[in-house]
Amino acid sequence: MTAFQRLLVFVRPYRRAFLVGLFCILVTQSVALTAPVVLQRTIDDLAAGVSGAKLTFYGALLLAIGVIRGCFQFLMRRVIIGVSRDIEYDMRNAFFAHLQTLPLSYFQANRTGDLMSRATNDLNAVRMMIGPSVMYAANTLFVFVVAIALMLALDPWLTLWSLLPLPLVSISVKVFGSAIHRRFERIQAQLSELSAVAQEALGGVRVVRAYGQEVSELDRFRRANQEYVNRSRHLIVLQGFFFPSMGLFLGLGAMVVLWLGSRAVVSGRITLGEFVAFNAYLTMLSWPMIAFGWVTNMLQRGMASWKRMVDVLDVPPAIHDAPEAAIYASSELRGDIEFRDLTFAFGSRAPVLRHVSATIPAGTTTALVGVTGSGKSTLVNLLARVQDPPVGTVFVDGIDVRALPLSVLRAAIGCVPQEPFLFSDTIADNVAFGLDGRLGQGGREGRLPRVLDAAAIARLDKDVADFPQGYDTHVGERGLTLSGGQKQRTAIARAIAIDPRILILDDALSAVDTHTEEEILTRLRDVMRQRTSIIVSHRISTVRGADQILVLDEGRIIERGTHDELLGLDGLYADLYRKQLLEEELAAS
Amino acid sequence: MSDDEILGKAYDARLMRRLLTHLRPYWRQVAVALAAILVGSGAALAQPYLVKLAIDDHVATRRLEGLDQLALVYVAVLVVAFAAEYVQTWTLQLTGQRIMFDLRMAVYGHLQRLDLRYYDRNPVGRLMTRVTSDVDVLNDLFTSGVVTIVGDALTLAGIMAVMVWMDWRLAIVAFSVLPLIVLVTQWFRRNVRESYRVVRGWIAKINAFLQENITGMSTVQLFRREALNFARFDDIDRKYRDANIESIFYYAVFYPAIEVTSALATALIIWYGGFSVMRDTLTFGALVAFLQYSQRFFRPISDMSEKFNVLQSAMASSERMFGLLDEPVAIQSPRSPRVRPPTGLGHIAFEHVWFAYRPPTPGTPDEGVEWVLRDVSFDVRPGQRIGIVGATGSGKTTIINLLLRFYDVQKGRITIDGVDLRELDLQEVRSLFSLVLQDVHLFSGTIADNMRLGEQAIDDERVRRAAEAVYAHAFIESMGQGYGSAVAERGSTLSVGQKQLLSFARALAFDRRILVLDEATSSVDTDTEVLIQDALEVLMQGRTTIAIAHRLSTIQDMDQILVLHKGVLRERGSHQELLAQRGIYFRLFELQYRHQSHVTSLKS
Repeated sequence: MTAFQRLLVFVRPYRRAFLVGLFCILVTQSVALTAPVVLQRTIDDLAAGVSGAKLTFYGALLLAIGVIRGCFQFLMRRVIIGVSRDIEYDMRNAFFAHLQTLPLSYFQANRTGDLMSRATNDLNAVRMMIGPSVMYAANTLFVFVVAIALMLALDPWLTLWSLLPLPLVSISVKVFGSAIHRRFERIQAQLSELSAVAQEALGGVRVVRAYGQEVSELDRFRRANQEYVNRSRHLIVLQGFFFPSMGLFLGLGAMVVLWLGSRAVVSGRITLGEFVAFNAYLTMLSWPMIAFGWVTNMLQRGMASWKRMVDVLDVPPAIHDAPEAAIYASSELRGDIEFRDLTFAFGSRAPVLRHVSATIPAGTTTALVGVTGSGKSTLVNLLARVQDPPVGTVFVDGIDVRALPLSVLRAAIGCVPQEPFLFSDTIADNVAFGLDGRLGQGGREGRLPRVLDAAAIARLDKDVADFPQGYDTHVGERGLTLSGGQKQRTAIARAIAIDPRILILDDALSAVDTHTEEEILTRLRDVMRQRTSIIVSHRISTVRGADQILVLDEGRIIERGTHDELLGLDGLYADLYRKQLLEEELAAS
Repeated sequence: MSDDEILGKAYDARLMRRLLTHLRPYWRQVAVALAAILVGSGAALAQPYLVKLAIDDHVATRRLEGLDQLALVYVAVLVVAFAAEYVQTWTLQLTGQRIMFDLRMAVYGHLQRLDLRYYDRNPVGRLMTRVTSDVDVLNDLFTSGVVTIVGDALTLAGIMAVMVWMDWRLAIVAFSVLPLIVLVTQWFRRNVRESYRVVRGWIAKINAFLQENITGMSTVQLFRREALNFARFDDIDRKYRDANIESIFYYAVFYPAIEVTSALATALIIWYGGFSVMRDTLTFGALVAFLQYSQRFFRPISDMSEKFNVLQSAMASSERMFGLLDEPVAIQSPRSPRVRPPTGLGHIAFEHVWFAYRPPTPGTPDEGVEWVLRDVSFDVRPGQRIGIVGATGSGKTTIINLLLRFYDVQKGRITIDGVDLRELDLQEVRSLFSLVLQDVHLFSGTIADNMRLGEQAIDDERVRRAAEAVYAHAFIESMGQGYGSAVAERGSTLSVGQKQLLSFARALAFDRRILVLDEATSSVDTDTEVLIQDALEVLMQGRTTIAIAHRLSTIQDMDQILVLHKGVLRERGSHQELLAQRGIYFRLFELQYRHQSHVTSLKS
């Protein structure tokens, strides 16, 4: 589907409204075009001698024309611009809905600001294209055709002469318009440059100050600033010429009417009234002439922006359900996990995981230990299909995760990520984040007890008791700033609240102090007894109670067993253990 | 409250006066622009009058002589109007740009002087907004706001004057619609302002929601919140749309209302003017001219509504900008700086230094102050090498920050050659140090640019020698254009080790007496590690060195090692002395050496 066809998909549902809008334009301009006729009659009747009653009638008629025109003008704007807002709304929703289907890697590869700009700035340009510019284009076309026809009917010769400068207007709008656009973009580019210079110097303020480079940085900025002014000057030269030239060209038309029109009246070819009407038509034509060039630029810009949006809409959702997944659609998973000779790499880079095989029976706890970059997080991400593992490598209850519907798989998994992301909402809303997704909007029954339970297990309850509004306290930018540990515990509560079969704690206790950690682990133990748990951690204290500990190094499992068995091996795990004992001792001093 | 949501009044006399002071250096240009506006308004006024003359003197009297001249005069008036408008646009916009240049330099210049404390409080993104967007908004004010309003007012006054002069009775009839216009405009302004605020509020919410959901998309997906979050987005999006549709209503009423008023004026002129023509107290030409004048009357009035928005956002921007410019600079050179004794070689002493990033407010007790350094005293004699060790958050980096006077101490003092830092010239203090930070900050530009920064005294030869000395020459040469190779944004094309070496080369090129080093913690491959160690040795040669050390090899050779623990200087001495104490250092060391099993021999 071409970009244009995709655009039509959004526009088509509103074709009726567009037709109504076009009808309003038709009426507005038809009525408006009768005003010069009334004017003509008035003047001619005045010249011929007229009754006062008739004069009053003409005045009333002009006012009536104005009122009717005004009403339809109101409707026109209301309908067409309103529809453009409706379409904008549809498009933004579609855009956001599509973003929700895109994989994590897409958000890592594309800057948030860029995506946001497409959903706001670009969308606005698209809206301008389907709203105001359609409105002005239709107005222009209609006035243009009818006014010129009426003028031709009055006096073809005078029409031709007076319209002579008008194409110049449109041409100059078009030519200047695109030149102005180009120069404007050069200014924008320089603005980015200026920003980059400032960003670097402000971001590196310590280096700048330490090496006493304030003055040279100021110079660098001055040069970029000067270049910005220079480029602006190029634009100003054009703009300064462009707008007044409009007045000049339009004025020339008026001059022709004044000059040749007066002669025509004197020679009796036209009446004085027709001469005045002629002037009025010419005035009515001037705005459409300006709008014409403006509209073409707007269409160009709108299409360019729409293409930028389509670029995103065309990205296929990377992870979607396999066709055969439907047979598992209503499955309840037990939580037996198996990794079978799993080797995984991001793109063409070196493998992050190599030949990983492990079995995690339902209801047991498995710990993953290893240095940063050893592949722990990737392993749990593959289980939750944050990334897709190769077919035939990761199994839950003996079913390849690739064959499971994503909704079934994720319903079974409660995940606490390394750097938990909380939303600027209340504590309760954050804890019930996954729960609400399950209950759906409005399903509030039994919500609070589950929030309280989960918070108690994650040892969040005592913190919340100190918050001004308890569970209704807002977190994030507009509210309370939570400490790293509080964030992690909120994330743990969030995962527990959905009562998952599989609980994943990805280094989820790193910012929690040892004492609290001990408390959480004790409470979690009850919860974990009934489910499969995977705990990723650097900390021995966190993992020592696990049924099975897997030590990862450079993507391979190099040691496996219980805490005591691994100490007996005297390998990497034992070394880590001794170091941490020392650290604890140090922290206590 | 987010900055973008400040939406104060549209006109603030205090801010306006201050803004106008920036116009003062350009009073000549402004005068020229005003003169051009005057001429332009005059030319615009002349056009309907020429139409009147054509009708009354030629059409009505059927006299053709003089008509050609009149047409020529009309052309001349058009050309004058064109020229005047050109001059006006050109001077105004250019002056606007110059003022923006000045303002940007003022804001940026002030940022270069502001304390680091200010940077701690304000993220770089916000500062950028001050330098770029806020200043740009003001541009609109100068170019399409303030001065053109004067022009519009002049034109209006001119039109009214000419109308009164031509026929005061008809003029009064035409003006009778004025109160209506004022009412409509008032109504529009009040409502649009409110609805603009509402619309802005919702778009801010859309932005916040998008920002949060895009950043946290994986959480949304993992917890299967797509449907619910979509419903929420839909809700905000719908409210934004509805707010917009409401504001369309005001526009949709305003423009036609002005048109209807204009039609009313036309009808009145036709009606009353027609009677006057019948009574021969008004000519046809004057009637037509009146109609044209009344048309020109309405344009500036409907323009006003747009200028209102410009004014409103300009006030908000200038408030933020002046806020920054008014931010006091606490850390600066004293009026009459003292001079270090000429024999001084840079003897540094910390004397009972206390410091907190959030300083205690005067008059309140010190309880609750989070001291980062508590009563820290030590001294560094010229040529000495000092290592500072301690856990994260123990205050190591703070010592560097204080030494370079990025912050001032709250109690105690820091002296160089016996003189308090705060009494010395700031530039002189900082010119004593070469600073190497943990994460290397690179600027876009060439490799050479990054080594000399802006220092013109450092020539290519010195750049090359410095790079050679710290073993950076080889990798630099291997890059396409050698020292002229471009460094990408934040040096993303260079490895961590290469960036380190580059920062060493920078420090060496500046050749300062004292080396301040915040050693990088990130690990690099073994080959680079060896290079870095050798390069460090070169760098420290013959220089006083203060290093926050992470590597064993760096620490061991230090003349003195300071052990910081929770802001307190707990131990000091040489490597051997500290090991013998069996204190914090000993345990830190134990921790470290286990990491590097090849030094097990030291265990005994």
